Amino acid sequence: MAEKPKRITDIGPPHYQKFLPPIIKENYGKWKYHERLGPGVMVHVSEAGAKCYTVRCGSPRLLSTKTIRFLAELADKYCGGYLRFTSRNNVEFLMDSPDNIEALKKDLADAGFPVGGTNNAISNIVHTQGWVHCHSSATDASGIVKCVMDALYERFTHEDLPAKLRIALACCLNMCGAVHCSDIAILGVHRRPPRILHESLRKVCEIPTLIASCPTGAIRPKTIDGQQTVEVVEEQCMYCGNCYTVCPAMPLNDPENDGLSIWVGGKVSNARSEPKFSKLAIPYLPNNPPRWPEVVQAVTKIVEVYAANARKYERMGEWIERIGWPRFFELTGIEFTRYHIDDFKHAGLTYHRSAHIRM
Amino acid sequence: MAVDEKVNTPLLDELEKGPWPSFVKEIKKAQSVGPMATDLLGQLELSYEDKIGHWKHGGIVGVLGYGGGVIGRYSDVPDKFPHVAHFHTLRVNMPSGWFYSTEALRTLCDIWDRHGSGLTNMHGSTGDIIFLGTRTEELEPCFAELTQAGFDLGGSGSCVRTPSACVGPARCEWACYDTLKMCYEITMAYQDELHRPPFPYKFKFKFSGCPNDCVASIARADLSVIGTWKDEIQQDDEAVRQYAAEGLDIQRDVVERCPTRCMSWDGEKLTIENRECVRCMHCINVMPKALSPGKERGATLLIGAKAPIVQGALLSSVLIPFVPEDELLETIKELTDRVWDFWDEYGMNRERVGELIQRVGMANFLDAIGLDPTPEMITAPRDNPYIFFREEEGEEEESEA
Repeated sequence: MAEKPKRITDIGPPHYQKFLPPIIKENYGKWKYHERLGPGVMVHVSEAGAKCYTVRCGSPRLLSTKTIRFLAELADKYCGGYLRFTSRNNVEFLMDSPDNIEALKKDLADAGFPVGGTNNAISNIVHTQGWVHCHSSATDASGIVKCVMDALYERFTHEDLPAKLRIALACCLNMCGAVHCSDIAILGVHRRPPRILHESLRKVCEIPTLIASCPTGAIRPKTIDGQQTVEVVEEQCMYCGNCYTVCPAMPLNDPENDGLSIWVGGKVSNARSEPKFSKLAIPYLPNNPPRWPEVVQAVTKIVEVYAANARKYERMGEWIERIGWPRFFELTGIEFTRYHIDDFKHAGLTYHRSAHIRM
Repeated sequence: MAVDEKVNTPLLDELEKGPWPSFVKEIKKAQSVGPMATDLLGQLELSYEDKIGHWKHGGIVGVLGYGGGVIGRYSDVPDKFPHVAHFHTLRVNMPSGWFYSTEALRTLCDIWDRHGSGLTNMHGSTGDIIFLGTRTEELEPCFAELTQAGFDLGGSGSCVRTPSACVGPARCEWACYDTLKMCYEITMAYQDELHRPPFPYKFKFKFSGCPNDCVASIARADLSVIGTWKDEIQQDDEAVRQYAAEGLDIQRDVVERCPTRCMSWDGEKLTIENRECVRCMHCINVMPKALSPGKERGATLLIGAKAPIVQGALLSSVLIPFVPEDELLETIKELTDRVWDFWDEYGMNRERVGELIQRVGMANFLDAIGLDPTPEMITAPRDNPYIFFREEEGEEEESEA
């Protein structure tokens, strides 16, 4: 019997230098400037005058190995056998000459991959797993992203917005992604307290940990038929799902009441104004698969109003800060409700503490 | 392998329509790899009908000797969809900057076609390569092949999560330090903490080369490392005039957009009062051929960002305004060790570092990690008079909390 190979652990990722194409390796740290050559295409020029041409295309993030092999074929054909992905799930093809840009763009277009996502375009939506893989999701992720990007396709392939626009989607409040600092965030929400499965709770959950997990102290110990379990003070529950994360016997998923909320005006970049959180625009939209028309319509409307009204270089949040929130709600036609007024930890900071009011 | 491709998915089929690339098409493409994709389609169609996910809560699975890197997942309708009864995910630590050779990509595809569903995320939210869906008995063989090929798992649970970095000096003139190198070095330095969860909760490092922060480190990382510079913006006056000649309204689009109004334009020359510049990047972003970060480069270290769970979302805040590039790695390691010591001792279950700081107060936190307070750490001094004065103020003796 052949000897088993030695078990390898703790080697970490492969060294990145192995995967850098020659044009990158030769000019590493020596880039001088870059220019945009059109949506999804840019050139970086090094101190030595070397040029690196980038073609960026969108992807659905969820990729089959078949598609990865296809992308690899393109990289072999045009890029000497290298490619990279961006932090927003785009694919970038890097070339040392402009000769193949059009051929590559054509191959990508034939295969259904849009080129774009640079500068003042909407880049790809970063998103979570949803019903494809998650146990706590209030909605699907990939499906809504697909529908929103179908509607905003031209905004990806054109750079005609006032500034860049970043959309992100998280399918529950755990927010596996920087959803809370996006120009537009689509966030899955639960709206009912967890159900308590008393029978299994005793077997699978540690009650003190469960009680401690609740940020509002809504979970209390309780004895039912002589058995230790918990109860939820329902009016104190804000449906964060932290209890469900530590205790599977507290499910929140609810097909009737789960849905989507829309948040606007966040950013992570320091350019011009400081990074900021996204703020609530729409507290609830119904979960309406397979095409989520209410969500698509709401996001599209916000994008169009922003595009028509913001000044050049104004991100969503900067535009809203200039015109004021009352005007934002007026222009978008979104109803302002009691849910828009914060009542959590730092709530008072968002109360309007001045007489500066546009009449 | 025999594949039953006759799954009826009228709702999902709607998501094959439209111009944006379709994830449903991707799942269908993976049907040729094995039967998992077909049952995934079936279960997902059921979710689209029921408006509810059909995955059970968690499940502790993994590879030998690691406490993370695998997300256990089981179907709650395994009788209907037996091929996704187990549908575990492996997080595979991506190379810094997400660069690949096509050879490496094919190796990853080959391994995953042999051991899993043939479905991936390129990439997951934290940056890992996500191998989406396999059975418990495939985890160890898949891991063995991955490590043979030079790949390792990423983090999950209460550990160092897979660090990530922007493209950095590989293809960006604004990188104020080597983000790829820093990401790699930190990942290698903390392999034990990455694979064997030792903490109250997760800890994330993210490395952005400049204040544009392309990996959202200020929103997502417990330790955010954001490149910046100390000296003057590098300026090419001829190139500035060129931008003006090509139609850029420098007064309106550059000067008046500057957050500190630290510059002026007389139609010939752009004058920057660098002492007033806050390194926001706007002018450099608008005129990359004319302006670039200074030569004395390094990074700002910030601490404590997180998403809402549990006590609300936080952005990172400044800990050290400027660390020169050549001192960065050692400074990060030393600081991290001190932060972890305090967090290990005082952090509660599922309490991120940022929440701990909110609970104990930044001043106490600074005492604990041995950093002196500086005005760069705050937007304003306190506006309330409830100061906890110390009796022994000015003397050597420490007041124990």
